[in-house]
Amino acid sequence: MKNPPKAVALISGGLDSMLAAKVVMDQGVHVEGINFFTGFCVEGHTHAIRKHESAKPKRNNALWVAEQLGIKLHIVDVIEPYKQVLLNPTHGYGSNMNPCLDCKSFMVGKALEWTQANGFDFILTGEVIGQRPMSQRADTMPVIQRESGAGDRLLRPLCGKYLPPTLPEREGWIDRDKLLDFTGRSRKPQIALAAKYGFKDYATPAGGCCFLTDETYSRKLVDLWQARGSREYELDDIMLLKVGRHIRPRPHFKLIVGREEGENNFLEGYRKQFVHLQHVSHMGPLVLIDGDPDANDLQLAAEIAARFGQGRDAPLVELEAIDKNGDKHLLRVKPMGAEQIMQEWYV
Amino acid sequence: MSAQQLDARRLLCPMPVIRAQDKVKQLKSGDTLEIICTDPGALNDIPAWCRINGHKVLLTEQIGGEVRIVIEVQ
Repeated sequence: MKNPPKAVALISGGLDSMLAAKVVMDQGVHVEGINFFTGFCVEGHTHAIRKHESAKPKRNNALWVAEQLGIKLHIVDVIEPYKQVLLNPTHGYGSNMNPCLDCKSFMVGKALEWTQANGFDFILTGEVIGQRPMSQRADTMPVIQRESGAGDRLLRPLCGKYLPPTLPEREGWIDRDKLLDFTGRSRKPQIALAAKYGFKDYATPAGGCCFLTDETYSRKLVDLWQARGSREYELDDIMLLKVGRHIRPRPHFKLIVGREEGENNFLEGYRKQFVHLQHVSHMGPLVLIDGDPDANDLQLAAEIAARFGQGRDAPLVELEAIDKNGDKHLLRVKPMGAEQIMQEWYV
Repeated sequence: MSAQQLDARRLLCPMPVIRAQDKVKQLKSGDTLEIICTDPGALNDIPAWCRINGHKVLLTEQIGGEVRIVIEVQ
Protein backbone atom coordinates (compact mmCIF):
# COMPACT_ATOMS: atom_id res chain seq x y z
CA MET A 1 0.00 0.00 0.00
CA LYS A 2 1.26 3.44 -0.92
CA ASN A 3 2.27 5.63 1.99
CA PRO A 4 -0.17 8.48 2.63
CA PRO A 5 0.93 12.02 1.80
CA LYS A 6 2.36 13.91 4.74
CA ALA A 7 1.47 17.40 5.86
CA VAL A 8 2.71 19.58 8.66
CA ALA A 9 0.07 21.79 10.31
CA LEU A 10 0.91 25.11 11.92
CA ILE A 11 -0.72 24.61 15.31
CA SER A 12 -1.21 27.78 17.33
CA GLY A 13 -3.37 26.19 20.00
CA GLY A 14 -6.51 27.94 18.79
CA LEU A 15 -9.56 26.47 17.13
CA ASP A 16 -8.87 27.30 13.48
CA SER A 17 -5.62 25.40 13.11
CA MET A 18 -7.15 22.50 15.02
CA LEU A 19 -10.05 22.33 12.56
CA ALA A 20 -7.81 22.76 9.52
CA ALA A 21 -5.65 19.84 10.64
CA LYS A 22 -8.71 17.69 11.25
CA VAL A 23 -10.18 18.46 7.82
CA VAL A 24 -6.97 17.28 6.18
CA MET A 25 -6.57 14.25 8.46
CA ASP A 26 -10.06 13.17 7.43
CA GLN A 27 -8.79 12.94 3.85
CA GLY A 28 -6.29 10.27 4.82
CA VAL A 29 -3.26 12.56 5.03
CA HIS A 30 -0.64 11.91 7.72
CA VAL A 31 -0.53 15.15 9.70
CA GLU A 32 1.95 16.30 12.32
CA GLY A 33 1.85 19.64 14.07
CA ILE A 34 4.47 22.35 14.36
CA ASN A 35 4.40 25.24 16.79
CA PHE A 36 6.83 28.13 16.85
CA PHE A 37 7.88 29.85 20.06
CA THR A 38 8.89 33.45 19.42
CA GLY A 39 9.03 34.54 23.06
CA PHE A 40 5.95 36.70 22.52
CA CYS A 41 3.48 33.85 22.49
CA VAL A 42 0.58 34.20 24.88
CA GLU A 43 0.78 31.16 27.07
CA GLY A 44 -1.51 30.20 29.90
CA HIS A 45 1.55 29.69 32.04
CA THR A 46 2.73 33.23 31.69
CA HIS A 47 -0.60 34.40 32.99
CA ALA A 48 -0.47 31.72 35.64
CA ILE A 49 2.57 33.43 37.13
CA ARG A 50 -0.05 35.60 38.71
CA LYS A 51 -1.44 33.66 41.61
CA HIS A 52 -5.02 34.84 41.37
CA GLU A 53 -5.28 33.26 37.96
CA SER A 54 -3.70 29.99 38.98
CA ALA A 55 -7.07 28.26 39.29
CA LYS A 56 -7.28 28.30 35.50
CA PRO A 57 -6.06 25.13 33.82
CA LYS A 58 -2.32 25.25 33.26
CA ARG A 59 -1.83 23.85 29.83
CA ASN A 60 -0.07 24.58 26.62
CA ASN A 61 -2.89 24.84 24.13
CA ALA A 62 -0.82 23.66 21.17
CA LEU A 63 0.06 20.46 23.04
CA TRP A 64 -3.56 20.09 24.08
CA VAL A 65 -4.73 20.45 20.47
CA ALA A 66 -2.20 17.89 19.27
CA GLU A 67 -3.34 15.47 21.91
CA GLN A 68 -7.00 15.94 20.96
CA LEU A 69 -6.11 15.30 17.32
CA GLY A 70 -3.82 12.39 18.15
CA ILE A 71 -0.88 13.87 16.26
CA LYS A 72 2.73 14.60 17.10
CA LEU A 73 3.68 18.19 17.82
CA HIS A 74 7.08 19.70 17.21
CA ILE A 75 7.70 22.87 19.19
CA VAL A 76 10.43 24.98 17.65
CA ASP A 77 12.39 27.73 19.38
CA VAL A 78 12.60 30.64 16.91
CA ILE A 79 13.44 33.35 19.43
CA GLU A 80 16.68 34.38 17.72
CA PRO A 81 15.60 34.39 14.04
CA TYR A 82 12.31 36.05 15.00
CA LYS A 83 14.17 39.17 16.12
CA GLN A 84 14.71 40.19 12.51
CA VAL A 85 10.99 39.79 11.83
CA LEU A 86 10.08 42.06 14.70
CA LEU A 87 12.82 44.62 14.18
CA ASN A 88 12.64 44.96 10.39
CA PRO A 89 9.23 43.92 9.11
CA THR A 90 8.96 44.43 5.35
CA HIS A 91 5.24 45.08 5.64
CA GLY A 92 5.34 47.13 8.82
CA TYR A 93 3.34 46.74 11.99
CA GLY A 94 -0.33 46.33 12.74
CA SER A 95 -2.14 48.46 15.29
CA ASN A 96 0.58 47.77 17.85
CA MET A 97 4.04 46.19 17.49
CA ASN A 98 2.62 43.16 15.70
CA PRO A 99 4.31 42.42 12.38
CA CYS A 100 1.57 39.92 11.47
CA LEU A 101 2.16 39.56 7.74
CA ASP A 102 5.92 39.14 8.04
CA CYS A 103 5.37 36.83 11.00
CA LYS A 104 3.09 34.51 9.05
CA SER A 105 5.47 34.41 6.09
CA PHE A 106 8.32 33.68 8.48
CA MET A 107 6.47 30.82 10.15
CA VAL A 108 5.32 29.26 6.91
CA GLY A 109 8.90 29.58 5.64
CA LYS A 110 10.21 27.82 8.75
CA ALA A 111 7.57 25.12 8.31
CA LEU A 112 8.70 24.71 4.71
CA GLU A 113 12.28 24.16 5.86
CA TRP A 114 10.96 21.57 8.31
CA THR A 115 9.01 19.71 5.61
CA GLN A 116 12.11 19.59 3.43
CA ALA A 117 14.24 18.26 6.28
CA ASN A 118 11.67 15.66 7.31
CA GLY A 119 10.28 14.44 4.01
CA PHE A 120 6.83 16.00 4.26
CA ASP A 121 4.79 17.02 1.22
CA PHE A 122 2.93 20.17 2.15
CA ILE A 123 1.99 22.70 4.84
CA LEU A 124 -1.45 23.58 6.14
CA THR A 125 -2.66 26.49 8.21
CA GLY A 126 -5.94 27.54 9.80
CA GLU A 127 -6.03 30.86 7.96
CA VAL A 128 -9.40 32.22 6.90
CA ILE A 129 -9.84 34.98 4.31
CA GLY A 130 -10.87 38.22 5.98
CA GLN A 131 -10.36 37.04 9.52
CA ARG A 132 -7.37 39.20 10.39
CA PRO A 133 -6.87 42.75 9.16
CA MET A 134 -3.23 42.29 8.17
CA SER A 135 -2.24 38.71 7.49
CA GLN A 136 -5.51 37.03 6.56
CA ARG A 137 -6.83 39.05 3.63
CA ALA A 138 -7.46 37.92 0.07
CA ASP A 139 -4.66 40.18 -1.16
CA THR A 140 -2.09 39.20 1.47
CA MET A 141 -2.53 35.43 1.32
CA PRO A 142 -0.56 35.17 -1.96
CA VAL A 143 2.13 37.36 -0.37
CA ILE A 144 2.63 34.74 2.35
CA GLN A 145 2.84 32.00 -0.27
CA ARG A 146 5.42 33.94 -2.23
CA GLU A 147 7.56 35.36 0.56
CA SER A 148 7.67 32.12 2.57
CA GLY A 149 8.76 30.21 -0.50
CA ALA A 150 6.01 27.66 0.10
CA GLY A 151 4.06 28.62 -3.04
CA ASP A 152 1.41 26.04 -3.84
CA ARG A 153 2.61 23.69 -1.13
CA LEU A 154 0.62 25.85 1.30
CA LEU A 155 -2.97 24.69 1.82
CA ARG A 156 -5.62 26.66 3.74
CA PRO A 157 -8.34 24.05 4.21
CA LEU A 158 -10.84 26.35 5.96
CA CYS A 159 -11.12 28.71 2.98
CA GLY A 160 -9.57 26.58 0.24
CA LYS A 161 -12.65 26.72 -1.98
CA TYR A 162 -12.00 30.42 -2.57
CA LEU A 163 -8.32 30.01 -3.36
CA PRO A 164 -6.53 28.71 -6.45
CA PRO A 165 -5.88 24.96 -6.45
CA THR A 166 -2.72 23.96 -4.61
CA LEU A 167 -0.25 21.16 -5.21
CA PRO A 168 -1.99 18.71 -2.81
CA GLU A 169 -5.22 19.19 -4.77
CA ARG A 170 -3.58 18.77 -8.17
CA GLU A 171 -1.73 15.68 -7.00
CA GLY A 172 -5.01 14.17 -5.80
CA TRP A 173 -3.89 14.06 -2.15
CA ILE A 174 -6.71 16.42 -1.24
CA ASP A 175 -10.24 16.47 -2.63
CA ARG A 176 -10.99 20.13 -3.30
CA ASP A 177 -14.71 19.51 -2.87
CA LYS A 178 -14.09 18.67 0.77
CA LEU A 179 -12.31 21.93 1.48
CA LEU A 180 -14.31 24.65 3.20
CA ASP A 181 -15.50 28.11 2.31
CA PHE A 182 -15.15 30.08 5.53
CA THR A 183 -14.63 33.84 5.25
CA GLY A 184 -14.69 36.86 7.51
CA ARG A 185 -14.53 37.38 11.23
CA SER A 186 -17.60 35.41 12.23
CA ARG A 187 -16.74 32.42 14.37
CA LYS A 188 -20.03 30.65 13.79
CA PRO A 189 -18.82 28.25 11.05
CA GLN A 190 -15.82 27.26 13.14
CA ILE A 191 -17.94 26.71 16.23
CA ALA A 192 -20.40 24.61 14.23
CA LEU A 193 -17.59 22.51 12.75
CA ALA A 194 -16.03 22.07 16.20
CA ALA A 195 -19.38 20.80 17.47
CA LYS A 196 -19.59 18.40 14.54
CA TYR A 197 -16.18 16.99 15.42
CA GLY A 198 -17.03 16.90 19.12
CA PHE A 199 -14.28 19.38 20.07
CA LYS A 200 -14.95 21.06 23.41
CA ASP A 201 -12.93 23.22 25.74
CA TYR A 202 -10.83 24.68 22.95
CA ALA A 203 -8.96 27.92 23.52
CA THR A 204 -10.56 31.18 22.43
CA PRO A 205 -7.91 33.83 23.02
CA ALA A 206 -9.60 37.22 22.82
CA GLY A 207 -6.46 39.12 21.82
CA GLY A 208 -4.91 36.61 19.49
CA CYS A 209 -1.96 34.42 20.36
CA CYS A 210 0.77 37.05 20.49
CA PHE A 211 1.63 39.67 23.09
CA LEU A 212 2.72 42.03 20.31
CA THR A 213 -0.95 42.63 19.49
CA ASP A 214 -1.45 43.93 23.02
CA GLU A 215 -1.28 47.70 23.40
CA THR A 216 0.13 47.72 26.93
CA TYR A 217 2.75 45.13 26.15
CA SER A 218 3.80 46.96 22.98
CA ARG A 219 4.14 50.20 24.95
CA LYS A 220 6.44 48.49 27.44
CA LEU A 221 8.54 47.08 24.63
CA VAL A 222 8.95 50.46 22.93
CA ASP A 223 9.76 52.04 26.32
CA LEU A 224 12.48 49.43 26.86
CA TRP A 225 14.04 50.15 23.49
CA GLN A 226 13.90 53.90 23.99
CA ALA A 227 15.44 53.72 27.44
CA ARG A 228 18.31 51.56 26.24
CA GLY A 229 18.83 53.44 23.01
CA SER A 230 18.83 50.11 21.23
CA ARG A 231 16.25 47.69 19.94
CA GLU A 232 18.29 44.64 20.89
CA TYR A 233 16.53 42.30 23.29
CA GLU A 234 16.97 38.97 24.99
CA LEU A 235 14.33 36.47 26.06
CA ASP A 236 14.52 37.61 29.69
CA ASP A 237 13.77 41.19 28.62
CA ILE A 238 10.59 40.28 26.83
CA MET A 239 9.45 37.82 29.49
CA LEU A 240 9.83 40.47 32.19
CA LEU A 241 7.55 42.80 30.23
CA LYS A 242 4.76 40.31 30.92
CA VAL A 243 5.19 40.52 34.68
CA GLY A 244 4.63 43.17 37.36
CA ARG A 245 4.03 46.90 37.39
CA HIS A 246 6.60 48.79 35.38
CA ILE A 247 7.28 52.28 36.73
CA ARG A 248 9.82 54.58 35.12
CA PRO A 249 10.36 57.68 37.31
CA ARG A 250 13.52 58.67 35.44
CA PRO A 251 14.56 57.96 31.85
CA HIS A 252 17.55 55.81 32.86
CA PHE A 253 15.87 53.36 35.19
CA LYS A 254 12.57 51.68 35.92
CA LEU A 255 11.12 49.61 38.71
CA ILE A 256 9.49 46.23 38.16
CA VAL A 257 7.18 45.66 41.10
CA GLY A 258 5.71 42.23 41.72
CA ARG A 259 1.95 42.44 42.11
CA GLU A 260 1.50 39.25 44.07
CA GLU A 261 3.15 36.10 45.29
CA GLY A 262 3.27 34.36 41.93
CA GLU A 263 4.97 37.31 40.28
CA ASN A 264 7.33 37.79 43.23
CA ASN A 265 8.37 34.16 42.95
CA PHE A 266 9.05 34.66 39.26
CA LEU A 267 11.02 37.86 39.87
CA GLU A 268 13.07 36.10 42.56
CA GLY A 269 14.83 34.26 39.76
CA TYR A 270 16.25 37.56 38.49
CA ARG A 271 17.85 38.74 41.74
CA LYS A 272 21.39 38.18 40.52
CA GLN A 273 20.82 40.04 37.26
CA PHE A 274 19.30 43.22 38.69
CA VAL A 275 19.85 45.69 41.46
CA HIS A 276 16.79 45.06 43.59
CA LEU A 277 14.94 46.31 46.64
CA GLN A 278 13.71 44.11 49.43
CA HIS A 279 11.43 45.20 52.24
CA VAL A 280 12.92 44.85 55.73
CA SER A 281 10.69 46.55 58.29
CA HIS A 282 7.39 45.61 56.64
CA MET A 283 6.10 43.03 54.23
CA GLY A 284 6.32 44.14 50.62
CA PRO A 285 6.98 43.03 47.07
CA LEU A 286 10.33 42.35 45.52
CA VAL A 287 11.29 45.23 43.25
CA LEU A 288 13.80 44.85 40.42
CA ILE A 289 15.49 47.96 39.09
CA ASP A 290 16.27 47.89 35.40
CA GLY A 291 18.91 50.45 34.54
CA ASP A 292 21.88 51.95 36.29
CA PRO A 293 20.61 53.80 39.36
CA ASP A 294 22.86 56.00 41.51
CA ALA A 295 22.36 56.61 45.25
CA ASN A 296 19.70 59.29 44.70
CA ASP A 297 17.87 57.07 42.25
CA LEU A 298 17.85 54.23 44.77
CA GLN A 299 16.39 56.53 47.38
CA LEU A 300 13.61 57.53 44.98
CA ALA A 301 13.06 53.92 43.96
CA ALA A 302 12.79 52.89 47.61
CA GLU A 303 10.21 55.61 48.30
CA ILE A 304 8.13 54.30 45.40
CA ALA A 305 8.66 50.65 46.35
CA ALA A 306 7.55 51.39 49.92
CA ARG A 307 4.24 52.59 48.54
CA PHE A 308 3.49 49.03 47.42
CA GLY A 309 4.29 47.36 50.76
CA GLN A 310 2.34 47.03 53.96
CA GLY A 311 4.20 49.99 55.42
CA ARG A 312 2.69 52.39 52.91
CA ASP A 313 1.05 54.40 55.71
CA ALA A 314 3.98 54.14 58.11
CA PRO A 315 6.15 57.21 58.74
CA LEU A 316 9.31 55.31 57.86
CA VAL A 317 10.00 52.07 56.02
CA GLU A 318 13.27 50.17 55.80
CA LEU A 319 14.34 48.46 52.61
CA GLU A 320 17.57 46.90 51.50
CA ALA A 321 19.07 47.79 48.15
CA ILE A 322 21.04 44.79 46.92
CA ASP A 323 23.41 45.13 44.02
CA LYS A 324 24.32 42.47 41.46
CA ASN A 325 27.19 41.28 43.66
CA GLY A 326 24.85 40.75 46.58
CA ASP A 327 26.16 43.74 48.55
CA LYS A 328 23.42 45.24 50.70
CA HIS A 329 22.71 48.82 51.64
CA LEU A 330 19.97 49.76 54.11
CA LEU A 331 17.60 52.56 53.12
CA ARG A 332 15.11 54.31 55.40
CA VAL A 333 12.43 56.13 53.48
CA LYS A 334 9.09 57.82 53.82
CA PRO A 335 6.72 55.94 51.49
CA MET A 336 5.61 58.01 48.55
CA GLY A 337 1.95 58.96 48.54
CA ALA A 338 -0.22 57.51 45.80
CA GLU A 339 -0.72 60.99 44.35
CA GLN A 340 3.04 61.57 44.20
CA ILE A 341 3.59 58.64 41.86
CA MET A 342 3.00 60.34 38.55
CA GLN A 343 0.62 58.59 36.21
CA GLU A 344 3.06 59.00 33.34
CA TRP A 345 5.66 56.99 35.27
CA TYR A 346 3.54 53.88 34.76
CA VAL A 347 4.71 52.26 31.55
CA MET B 1 21.22 2.92 28.71
CA SER B 2 22.04 6.24 30.26
CA ALA B 3 20.47 8.55 32.81
CA GLN B 4 20.65 12.20 31.80
CA GLN B 5 19.64 15.40 33.54
CA LEU B 6 18.24 18.66 32.22
CA ASP B 7 18.23 21.86 34.24
CA ALA B 8 15.23 23.88 33.04
CA ARG B 9 14.94 26.09 36.10
CA ARG B 10 13.61 29.61 35.54
CA LEU B 11 12.43 28.76 32.06
CA LEU B 12 8.78 29.37 31.39
CA CYS B 13 6.79 26.92 29.33
CA PRO B 14 7.12 26.00 26.58
CA MET B 15 10.90 26.35 26.94
CA PRO B 16 11.26 23.36 29.32
CA VAL B 17 9.32 21.26 26.79
CA ILE B 18 11.51 22.50 23.93
CA ARG B 19 14.70 21.76 25.87
CA ALA B 20 13.38 18.30 26.82
CA GLN B 21 12.34 17.63 23.23
CA ASP B 22 15.79 18.61 21.93
CA LYS B 23 17.56 16.54 24.58
CA VAL B 24 15.43 13.47 23.88
CA LYS B 25 16.48 13.63 20.22
CA GLN B 26 20.02 12.83 21.38
CA LEU B 27 18.95 9.86 23.54
CA LYS B 28 18.21 6.23 22.79
CA SER B 29 15.27 4.03 23.69
CA GLY B 30 15.47 3.06 27.34
CA ASP B 31 17.48 6.14 28.35
CA THR B 32 16.02 8.25 31.12
CA LEU B 33 15.93 12.02 31.40
CA GLU B 34 15.39 13.88 34.67
CA ILE B 35 14.11 17.40 34.13
CA ILE B 36 14.16 20.00 36.90
CA CYS B 37 11.91 23.03 36.34
CA THR B 38 10.53 25.93 38.29
CA ASP B 39 7.49 26.58 36.09
CA PRO B 40 4.69 24.43 37.52
CA GLY B 41 3.15 24.39 34.04
CA ALA B 42 5.79 21.79 33.16
CA LEU B 43 3.89 19.31 35.35
CA ASN B 44 1.18 19.35 32.72
CA ASP B 45 3.13 20.08 29.57
CA ILE B 46 6.00 17.61 29.73
CA PRO B 47 3.70 14.63 30.42
CA ALA B 48 1.41 15.87 27.59
CA TRP B 49 4.40 16.05 25.27
CA CYS B 50 5.40 12.53 26.36
CA ARG B 51 1.90 11.15 25.69
CA ILE B 52 1.88 12.70 22.22
CA ASN B 53 5.31 11.36 21.37
CA GLY B 54 5.02 7.98 23.06
CA HIS B 55 7.55 8.44 25.87
CA LYS B 56 6.95 7.13 29.37
CA VAL B 57 6.67 9.37 32.42
CA LEU B 58 8.30 7.60 35.37
CA LEU B 59 7.90 10.30 37.99
CA THR B 60 6.47 13.75 38.56
CA GLU B 61 6.85 15.59 41.83
CA GLN B 62 6.79 19.12 43.15
CA ILE B 63 9.06 19.99 46.05
CA GLY B 64 8.97 23.57 47.22
CA GLY B 65 9.32 25.76 44.18
CA GLU B 66 10.75 23.05 41.97
CA VAL B 67 9.22 20.42 39.73
CA ARG B 68 11.03 17.14 39.01
CA ILE B 69 9.98 14.97 36.11
CA VAL B 70 11.67 11.75 35.04
CA ILE B 71 10.88 10.29 31.65
CA GLU B 72 11.97 7.17 29.82
CA VAL B 73 12.64 7.51 26.13
CA GLN B 74 10.76 4.94 24.06
